[in-house]
Amino acid sequence: MNLKDEIRNFVVENFLFGDAGGLTDDSSFIREGIVDSTGILQLVAYLQERYQVAVADEELIPENLDSVQRVADFVEGKRSGAPCAGSEG
Amino acid sequence: MTTTKGFTAEVLRLDPQHETDRICARIRELMRNQVKRGGVVVALSGGIDSSVTAALSVRALGRERVIGLEMPERHSARETLALSGKVAGALGIPTIVEDISGILQSVGFYEKYDNAVRMVVPEYGDGWASKIVISGVANQPRFTSFYLVTQNAQQVQSTVRLPLQPYLEIVAATNFKQRIRKMLEYYHADRLNYAVAGTPNRLEYDQGFFVKLGDGAADIKPIAHLYKSQVYQLAEFLGIPAEIRSRKPTTDTYSLAQGQDEFYFSLPYQMMDLCLYARNHDIPAESTAAALGLEPQQVRMVFRDIDTKRKTTRYLHLPPLLVEEVEWE
Repeated sequence: MNLKDEIRNFVVENFLFGDAGGLTDDSSFIREGIVDSTGILQLVAYLQERYQVAVADEELIPENLDSVQRVADFVEGKRSGAPCAGSEG
Repeated sequence: MTTTKGFTAEVLRLDPQHETDRICARIRELMRNQVKRGGVVVALSGGIDSSVTAALSVRALGRERVIGLEMPERHSARETLALSGKVAGALGIPTIVEDISGILQSVGFYEKYDNAVRMVVPEYGDGWASKIVISGVANQPRFTSFYLVTQNAQQVQSTVRLPLQPYLEIVAATNFKQRIRKMLEYYHADRLNYAVAGTPNRLEYDQGFFVKLGDGAADIKPIAHLYKSQVYQLAEFLGIPAEIRSRKPTTDTYSLAQGQDEFYFSLPYQMMDLCLYARNHDIPAESTAAALGLEPQQVRMVFRDIDTKRKTTRYLHLPPLLVEEVEWE
């Protein structure tokens, strides 16, 4: 399973009770009411545990975390050492 | 349609006499036709909302039908009891003091809270104090995140971002306070055949700043339609002591003093009021920003935060949900 599918599965299982409904890779978690601020904490905890990705304060922004695609790109960027939105690098 | 030209805080100015009469008439009507209890219990915190709720109840029902409940605990601010006593004295209502520290101790609150804090600050212990604060959404387009501020015995403070589990544990433990207070309010209400008056203002009610089955529970909520600045206007009209009117709004929930705008709202209440009013009346971000001395982009972020909080706290307002409607009338 690739990174994006894993993240998508996490979102579907944890926030949508297993029913993906109309969730696309670009669905906004916040605008569509899928994830609230506690859910963002849950997502960050998952990224840290599953991918050993540390999320800095300034990286807690929609550009990094507000859709399956954005989260996948963010994790990919962190793993490859590329600068992420909100980071100073 | 509200005109947006010259939008100022004046939109929140009300006629205190007229509003007081309107609220009191409604309290009497609700008590007589629906609640059918002989008076009200009001939990007095020494803050502006509970003071105004008590004063309105006295005007509506008479001082002999209102009782004030003061429920401090180990972490309450020192002045809390003095201030709530002062309000009760000014209104001429009897009060009962219930120190809830013993109950909190029995349910393990202090231990549970300290253990949760130790998940992120292992050295936390005797002589330390703490509180939760949020990141300022009005300053940067970030998700709200929660920080734990601790202060050691030498008064040195440090701040750490809270991961999910300690955050949930701290909030869950802290909610004991509001729920235990509400349990005691209903105990006294039942024993006196009274109702419970809740004290949220419009900001708190609209934005879900309350604990479900804690301070969110009540039979009537006489000021839930009033913006906080309007509550202050009524407070002056109703003769609430100046010390209470000049006190900064606090949650009085954590062992370190915590302003409401540190924990929940993105701006001080005067600005939040105006943003909420603007959101409710389709006032553009540009006009709102001009009235507040902010950038339109900041106001747009506050608008977004208002919408998000409405959405995410909706469940706090919901009654228990059924599979199908059950007819009972």
